[in-house]
Amino acid sequence: MTPDVGQAHQHEHEHQAVPSDPALRVKSLESLLVEKGLVDRAALDALVDAYEHKIGPRNGARVVARAWSDSGYKQRLLSDADAAIAEMGYGGLQGEHMVVVENSAKVHNLVVCTLCSCYPWPVLGLPPVWYKSSPYRSRAVIDPRGVLREFGLQLPEDVEVRLWDSTAELRYLVLPERPTGTEGMSEEALAALVTRDAMVGVAKVSVSKLGNVR
Amino acid sequence: MNGIHDMGGMHGMGPIVEEKNEPVFHHEWEGRIFVMNRAVGAWGKWNLDASRHSKELIPPAEYLRMSYYERWVAGLVELIEQGGLATRAEIESGVPAAESVKVAPVLTVDKAMALVAKGVPATRNVPVTPRFKVGQRVRGRNINPVGHTRLPRYARGKLGVIDRDHGVFVFPDTNAHFLGEKPQHVYSVRFAACELWGDQAAPQDSVYVDMWDDYLEPA
Repeated sequence: MTPDVGQAHQHEHEHQAVPSDPALRVKSLESLLVEKGLVDRAALDALVDAYEHKIGPRNGARVVARAWSDSGYKQRLLSDADAAIAEMGYGGLQGEHMVVVENSAKVHNLVVCTLCSCYPWPVLGLPPVWYKSSPYRSRAVIDPRGVLREFGLQLPEDVEVRLWDSTAELRYLVLPERPTGTEGMSEEALAALVTRDAMVGVAKVSVSKLGNVR
Repeated sequence: MNGIHDMGGMHGMGPIVEEKNEPVFHHEWEGRIFVMNRAVGAWGKWNLDASRHSKELIPPAEYLRMSYYERWVAGLVELIEQGGLATRAEIESGVPAAESVKVAPVLTVDKAMALVAKGVPATRNVPVTPRFKVGQRVRGRNINPVGHTRLPRYARGKLGVIDRDHGVFVFPDTNAHFLGEKPQHVYSVRFAACELWGDQAAPQDSVYVDMWDDYLEPA
């Protein structure tokens, strides 16, 4: 285990009693599949590299920043998300059928996959452990406001919560509210404010991060 | 199937713990099993729905004990064996059987990158008449199939409204079992949170569930 592994993962491992070390088992399986010619090791390396280094929430942040800056783009994003996201050069595996839902002062959207771990990979990358965990999957749908409080977000009572359960092949991206105090900011500076959590719907975008942007 | 994976609405699973600066993979093997799933899947011996179902078949106590990617290991091993790509003995030993003939990998680097960039659409361009219209009141069917389904238990028997028609998609309940794609419309169905969870839910809140035609009946 690497030193930067945090509590979520350690917590999961405390409960494990796996018969064999998964690292050894996977190494053995890869060796078998390569020997049989079923997989190409170079292709495996390229895929790992793509998901570790190229595909992640910065993609989604750029989509959000553009929508905040360009009302025509925002309309296209909300009415035909696949085409609008493709305009930015993103798309592909597990983002074939995208839906973008917009947060406002009156409506807060939150995304879950209660049945497994469905998540819009091309714009957010692979999901974090908490998104795939039993606590989030079980509770988001029955107690979204409690879940949001756990993430430090207390919604006013009159706000409408829309919870999207990704039970089919549609993949959801939340378009967060643009924070006040960001008028005149460049798309690049806006994108730096947008977090993964805000695009899943468990956080709002805050200007308190402004200090991080030059 | 009414498995542990269908956990929407359950209590007692503990707090949600967010990890700061979380890596994409916590261990090298997690990345390897994740991409091997794609590379072996390219042989076309199974589909996405069968792959999901392979993890649902893990017994509940084990499912909860395993980490996320340990479920992927268990699922992929089952798929490889059932797909006839390797025997259990080969998987256990990590060595090809003497009679095994080496093949050429399907998923080369170029094809892998194309797969990532283009994806695998689940829509089908076939004329299928939708059974429901936007705005129509519907009820989630009370079905309890022992095989794969994407109809969560919490939506069965509940009243909702068709919010959006997403078009025609492959039907997982048959596709996971290689019984055909049975393409049909998928809708976003809006359920009032109070319809699902009673008065404890806020009256203005909603849960949107993506549902195939076969999961719905008129109400």
